[in-house]
Amino acid sequence: MLRNRVSKLAAATASGALLMAAAACGGSDETTTTGASADASSAPAASQVKVGLAYDIGGRGDGSFNDAAAAGLDKAESELKVEKKELEATQGETDAQKEERLRLLASGGYNPVIAVGFAYSGSVAKVAKEFPDVKFAIVDDDAAKGDNITNLMFAEEQGSFLVGAAAALKSEKGNVGFVGGVDVPLIHKFEAGFEAGAKAVKPDIKIQSKYLTQPPDFGGFGDPAKGKTAAQGMYDAGADVVYQAAGGSGAGVFEAAKAANAMAIGVDSDQAALPAYADFKDVIITSMIKKVDVAVFDFLKNYTTGTVKSGPSVYDLKAGGVDYSTTGGKIDDIKSKIDEYKQKIINGEITVPTS
Amino acid sequence: MNGFVDRLLGRVRLGGWLAVAAPVIAVAFAVLITSVVLLIAGSDPVGAFTTLAEYGTQPRSMAMILNTGVMYYISALAVAVGFRMNLFNIGVDGQYRLAAVVAAGLGGAAVVPGVLNIVLVIVVAVVVGALWAAIAGLLRVYRGVSEVISTIMLNAIATGLGSWLVSEHFGVLTGNDLGTRPIPDDAHMPGIPLIAGTPVLVNGFIVVAVLLGIAYWVVLNRTRFGFELRATGKSESAAVASGVSVKKMIVVTMVMSGAVAGLIGMPELLGASYKYSNNFPAGLGFTGIAIALLGRNNPVGMAVGALLWSFLDNSSNQLQLLDISKEIVQIMQGVVVLSVIIAYELVHRYRIVAEQRRVSRELAAPQEAPKAEAAA
Repeated sequence: MLRNRVSKLAAATASGALLMAAAACGGSDETTTTGASADASSAPAASQVKVGLAYDIGGRGDGSFNDAAAAGLDKAESELKVEKKELEATQGETDAQKEERLRLLASGGYNPVIAVGFAYSGSVAKVAKEFPDVKFAIVDDDAAKGDNITNLMFAEEQGSFLVGAAAALKSEKGNVGFVGGVDVPLIHKFEAGFEAGAKAVKPDIKIQSKYLTQPPDFGGFGDPAKGKTAAQGMYDAGADVVYQAAGGSGAGVFEAAKAANAMAIGVDSDQAALPAYADFKDVIITSMIKKVDVAVFDFLKNYTTGTVKSGPSVYDLKAGGVDYSTTGGKIDDIKSKIDEYKQKIINGEITVPTS
Repeated sequence: MNGFVDRLLGRVRLGGWLAVAAPVIAVAFAVLITSVVLLIAGSDPVGAFTTLAEYGTQPRSMAMILNTGVMYYISALAVAVGFRMNLFNIGVDGQYRLAAVVAAGLGGAAVVPGVLNIVLVIVVAVVVGALWAAIAGLLRVYRGVSEVISTIMLNAIATGLGSWLVSEHFGVLTGNDLGTRPIPDDAHMPGIPLIAGTPVLVNGFIVVAVLLGIAYWVVLNRTRFGFELRATGKSESAAVASGVSVKKMIVVTMVMSGAVAGLIGMPELLGASYKYSNNFPAGLGFTGIAIALLGRNNPVGMAVGALLWSFLDNSSNQLQLLDISKEIVQIMQGVVVLSVIIAYELVHRYRIVAEQRRVSRELAAPQEAPKAEAAA
């Protein structure tokens, strides 16, 4: 009995030790040291700018928010000749792991470091203090403050107001819908703007609204099937235009729009122009464009010219950071009306609510 | 005699060199498969394993690995309590998240000062976790609902309930993140400078985790309750015959599993984030299931499993620096679990066949006996 138990203990311990041992002897003849040591802070005398970018969950290739940041980085790589290193977040990680990711980039000689998404808020605030010589930027967050932190903020509600107005102008049934990916404050801004825009056109318009998942389940940003079901329900209940702010789930909303022979509104990028959504370009009447790529590129450009400003940089309608698209010509007939609203928001005549 | 599930959950012991053979085969197999996957993906396995070894031996990373491992270990213990009596508590995930929300809400309100607040937060988390798990136990006992189904559903309900609590009651908006009010400074769990050569402190909950591991072993192996629990898990009818109330055991075990689950979020809540927000780690309950399987419900085995899992998770950034996709980590974790299960099963079968051969040889000596059938 006792012997069994002891040998079992030994075995269990051995299994762990062996894996490490196997790993250790595997590389004994390798001379190059791989991976920057997290404790080393010696930045190489860089003749070239090395950009470190940390993605939120989903990473490059999510067809939405992270991809927009990637596009800005790619543009900087080809136009500003910067070097890049991209790291991605994993599902269910802790803040400590996010901090470690940023620290790894900062200590590995990457400067500036860009964090994509408000999830990095606390981590950026903490790590930026440890590396005062490194410039940090964070997208979608203004809570992290510091002399070396630039907050890239967007007025999503303003862009959403315009597509809300477009939806109300285009709707024949006086019934429109909003599909949000995950029920988080950031997406509430899209909803609030959309609602305000629709009501500005038609005060008694019926607005259906649905979020696909509740946090901490962030699956709603990457589940087209859920998006399709939600949108189908809205079309069945009488809506004829649905706006989606649901990341990867948006494809499902477009599918439902096509099946119902109705209209849909895209988000983040000019989705009617994206090859990935070519099948749906007939139903996408417009998209609320959030120019994360422009913000990332601007930040990098400022860095190369030594003109980075810390604190919030707000990308609103006035700065051209958010906008609506006209690809496909589906809203050409109402364009002048939407532009009127746009001008009023820029002038400050209309203040769009954020929640 | 012994079913596959018994062997899977480590209720059958291997003796002698066989006990060493199983994990050795498992690890060799896992390394082999991972190398093949790396080669197919166009990466250099030698480089990858070197990076992993270098990463795993730095003091700083060791502290990080311990910190994540503490949560994984508590989660595995919560799952293992149920496993030992054939209760599959898939709801550990919902139990710890709901427990963390309520505990964080109360802790942030700072109704009592200092250390008392830490105690309050922990007690509330344990109670909430236990109550939430009790629902599944009661449904099983009084309505015959499989706990697998009910706990999965309760996970979804816990998500909704937690989200509602945060947005309607406890929530404070900072930037774009919605979370509970931070727990005041005087009620933070202090870290321990356990590893020399790094400023990173090890989460104080490592002590709690070690104590829980010891308690798990003592309760299961040295108490009447533990005996009844294991007996019920091995054979319900035999347990009933020897006077064990199976219904009571089911409820009590679910409650215990849930109570331990309530603690999973505490290292993060009291030692790192100090609030429950949209950013709070999710899915730890499922990690616990994998680690309980990996550690075969043995307290030391699960500790090794938790550290291995945490090591792989934490090395994801390092691998990405080498342009190795972070998904390789998940592949490795999956392969390790599968190879442990397969290796143990193979060794068990080898043992059974060897035993049968021995018996048939002995029987065959005096008279002509039919050839022993290989065990399926």
